[in-house]
Amino acid sequence: MSTTTHIGEAFQATDERPVPAKLHDWLVTVDHKRLGIMYIATSLFFFAVAGVEAALMRGQLAFPNGKVLPPEVFNRLFTMHGTTMVFLVGMPFFAGLANYLVPLMIGARDMAFPRLNAFGYWMFLFGGILLYFSYIAGEGLAGHGTAPDVGWFAYAPLTERAFSRGTSTDYWILSIIVAGIGTTASAINVIATTISMRCKGMTMARMPLFVWLMLVVSAMVVMALPPLTAAQVMLLLDRYLGAHFFDTQAGGSAVLWQHFFWLFGHPEVYILVLPGFACASEIIPVFSRKPIFGRAAMVGATVAIGLVSVSVWAHHMFAVGMTPVSNIFFVASTMLVGVPTGIKIFNWMATMYGGKIRFDTPMLFCIAFLFQFLIAGLTGIMLAAAPLNWQLTDSYFVVAHFHYTLLGGMLFTLFGGFYYWFPKATGRMLSETLGKWHFWLLVIGFHLTFDTLHFAGIRGMPRRIYTYAAGRGWDDLNLVASIGVIFQAAATACLIWNIIRSVRKGASAGNDPWDAWTLEWGTTSPPPEYNFAVLPEVRSSRPLWDLKHPDDPDWKYE
Amino acid sequence: MTSPSRLAGLVCVMSVASLGQTVHSVGNIFKPQATPAESVYHLSLLVLAVCAAIFLVVAGMLTFTIVRFRRKKKDDGHEPAQVYGSNHIEIAWTVIPILIVFVLTMATARVVVAIQNKPAPKDALRVTVIGHQWWWEFRYPDLGIVTANELHVPVSTAAKPAVTFLKLQSADVAHSFWVPQLSGKTDLIPNRTNSMWIDPRQEGTFLGNCAEYCGTQHANMLLRVIVQSSADFEKWSAAQRLSAAHDARIEAARATFLSLSCVNCHTVSRTSAAGTFGPDLSHLMSRDTLGSGVIPNTTENLRAWIKDPQAIKPGNLMPNMQLNAGELDEVVAYLSSLK
Amino acid sequence: MIATEFALFTIFVVAYVFYTGKSLTGPTPSQVLELPVWSTICLLSSSITVGIAERALKGNKIQMFKVWTAATILLGLEFLRQTALEWRHLIVDSHLTITTNLFGTTFYSLVGLHASHVVLGLTLLSLSLILGLRGSMSGQARRFELLAWYWHFVDAVWVVVFTVVYVIGR
Repeated sequence: MSTTTHIGEAFQATDERPVPAKLHDWLVTVDHKRLGIMYIATSLFFFAVAGVEAALMRGQLAFPNGKVLPPEVFNRLFTMHGTTMVFLVGMPFFAGLANYLVPLMIGARDMAFPRLNAFGYWMFLFGGILLYFSYIAGEGLAGHGTAPDVGWFAYAPLTERAFSRGTSTDYWILSIIVAGIGTTASAINVIATTISMRCKGMTMARMPLFVWLMLVVSAMVVMALPPLTAAQVMLLLDRYLGAHFFDTQAGGSAVLWQHFFWLFGHPEVYILVLPGFACASEIIPVFSRKPIFGRAAMVGATVAIGLVSVSVWAHHMFAVGMTPVSNIFFVASTMLVGVPTGIKIFNWMATMYGGKIRFDTPMLFCIAFLFQFLIAGLTGIMLAAAPLNWQLTDSYFVVAHFHYTLLGGMLFTLFGGFYYWFPKATGRMLSETLGKWHFWLLVIGFHLTFDTLHFAGIRGMPRRIYTYAAGRGWDDLNLVASIGVIFQAAATACLIWNIIRSVRKGASAGNDPWDAWTLEWGTTSPPPEYNFAVLPEVRSSRPLWDLKHPDDPDWKYE
Repeated sequence: MTSPSRLAGLVCVMSVASLGQTVHSVGNIFKPQATPAESVYHLSLLVLAVCAAIFLVVAGMLTFTIVRFRRKKKDDGHEPAQVYGSNHIEIAWTVIPILIVFVLTMATARVVVAIQNKPAPKDALRVTVIGHQWWWEFRYPDLGIVTANELHVPVSTAAKPAVTFLKLQSADVAHSFWVPQLSGKTDLIPNRTNSMWIDPRQEGTFLGNCAEYCGTQHANMLLRVIVQSSADFEKWSAAQRLSAAHDARIEAARATFLSLSCVNCHTVSRTSAAGTFGPDLSHLMSRDTLGSGVIPNTTENLRAWIKDPQAIKPGNLMPNMQLNAGELDEVVAYLSSLK
Repeated sequence: MIATEFALFTIFVVAYVFYTGKSLTGPTPSQVLELPVWSTICLLSSSITVGIAERALKGNKIQMFKVWTAATILLGLEFLRQTALEWRHLIVDSHLTITTNLFGTTFYSLVGLHASHVVLGLTLLSLSLILGLRGSMSGQARRFELLAWYWHFVDAVWVVVFTVVYVIGR
């Protein structure tokens, strides 16, 4: 269709320059697409590293009285696994997706601040390197290094000088501050870009849902990261200048750290999962062949999640001994935040209802996500009931719950997005066969591990223990959970092999392999550096649908 | 861990405790044996029922949708009807969840208040629990008892209800007291006093764990709540109130012990050993386990522990005191006399 | 970015308020703090002067711009000088440092955080002045406006800090 290719016409010259020249291009690039790819590639690398850390832990816990790892190493592993997954995988994946797709989806040529974009990426990378440098710094490998071992939420006063000697906690603080600067830069960039660089005709109401969700996430990053930074600065002052913010011996409050941390921490988990929702909101309609059901409600629900999520933080602190009134308030707000999330699940289902569902890999991941996030939300309701929380918090039930939301929710949708947009970014299709192997192996492995761990929590197994005695009722459960890791590792291997194989020999994708409706599919795969030959002008939220169906365009109904 | 301790870890849990009681080693929040755990259990039934119903409805609809609306092999290629939404439906599935949330919040609030606001009856047994890295200190202020790691409480029967009120404090970092069949957990936070209560209805030993990561040996900061008949409890507390046994036959061993630096960290009543960094040893032999639940309390284990605590609980704060064989014999002999 | 900074300062203010009256030892705010009237006048006036400078730059009146930017810098410097004098007095005479007690911890970190933002603002203002002297500032009104906004924000934070620390906290 001539108009479709009109905005996508490009002259794709093959790049015959020597490799150092090409590498140099990547090093100094400010192009949002390249930076997006760099963010995602780096975050996938850290994902593999954190996965290895998890596999080691599950190896240690597969049998009672395990002797695979000594306690110091195990404690460092769970700290690094959590910190890596949150700050070096989840947040950068958001940054990568947003940076790559937002300009394309709104018909712009780049982000509002391309150099800030590059600055953000390199800060993130340096933060990650700083964190992992801790393994070999200090006492060195023979002493297992000095990686932080205080847990990813680093409760005080365990993190004070008196209980955390050496520099391991400082690596945790500084690397997160540095990497966090990167994420905040991305967030500011997304907000500025979305507000000021939409193409002609694209009102805020006509922005793709993906862009809306990225906007809300960015606003949340801007508001949620400061409490963490402030608390970490206070901790640094305690550790190095003798301040007493969390120094309980001098009257400081350990609970204050928890308040500050979770003030960041809870919006943080929505920051992690909302980009996944963004992927699902694009994939599900395309593979059901229907527009998203209730666009306005979806936007409203997202904003509601953003707003309510800052009022629920102390549900991580039900066991701390707050007053009944405080506890009840947080019960109410936590259960309430489940409502907009539920609305989104219903809307996605309603999108599929009456459609013609295609079960390509991106859609498979999103369907599994729907089941899994439903369960995760329900175990969240169980945890929101404070007395039930008194039993289940700090146990493997919570571990299972948050892996359900993050792995079963965020990761599955991000993988879906990866399979969906890989053709756009590289010009090549990923193998469907390998994709389906990846999917099913991951489903089996994920459920083997995390369904089982719910019951370990019910049987009283606390978190963050490097071993356990036999006969507590945890033996079989842990063994099954550890077997699940094998499947998850196999699944990841499929993904890696798929990427390596498809980048070179994948089928050519063309502009629009999925027959989709947002602007990025109107240009070539991969897009030229300037994105569009001619900046598009839109009349509805599905501009490519309008072009493909001139007799039945969206703008007649919106 | 060394080989004796590995076997010991197994035996420890499955053994019959020295007081002739059963050990309830497998926790289960759905098998409550005290009122707080039971209130939680009843609430959990409601919450689970609601969640199960929601799951069946939503997952059922999702399954139906996937099956019914999958693209048929003989698809004609037309796009299906493009439905944009429905305000009525949106309102419906906003209002219904809010109602469910309201009901659950009310039900939860009742239990929160019931558990947290329970006033302590005048005859309640009061215990102050102080968390340390990686052991538990138990003080019974009304009875003048100081002990460690194993909490003895009287059983609560219909005829004679017995509530134990715990005051929770910490000497160093945050810990958490969790015995699933008796109650939900409550944290022990330095510079803060929390409180909780239990009224166990079954005799026996209940196992629990510290449930807030507190450092290297968090995994081995184990709890034993030993629930006894009121007669047995009286016997136990009477014995605990006596000062440490002074057996004339092992005067030499006692002297050796008091000359070593053990006294800097441990207390033995009516001796010069008055350290408070480590557990009180006055009635060490009345305990089932050593090292906060890590190994059973036998003579060989006691010897192994004193010889090198780091081999059994690596990273714990009792250093290897480098005792020679003679000193070791005497210390073990003396401590074995502290019934 | 201002939103982020606002959230950051809020947390430090919360910590200050939370720990009011909770110090285990002295000195206490009422014992050692005096109302910083002069420095507050200086800082708040500097908001006015920077506004005049901004207007001047928009109207391309470079000479006026340079004068009023210089005035802003001088007022800001005086504010910092007063802060430095106050801290010297507190440390040397009243023996209050960040390690002394909770009041010391929260006071120095909150006021220090603000002062560091003043330093940053003054650095950027000085840069603007130098560029103005070299004739490179014409047409940069938009950029200077952002700097002026930042400066207003820093002043607004001072109003909060002043109220919380020196008025209510004593």
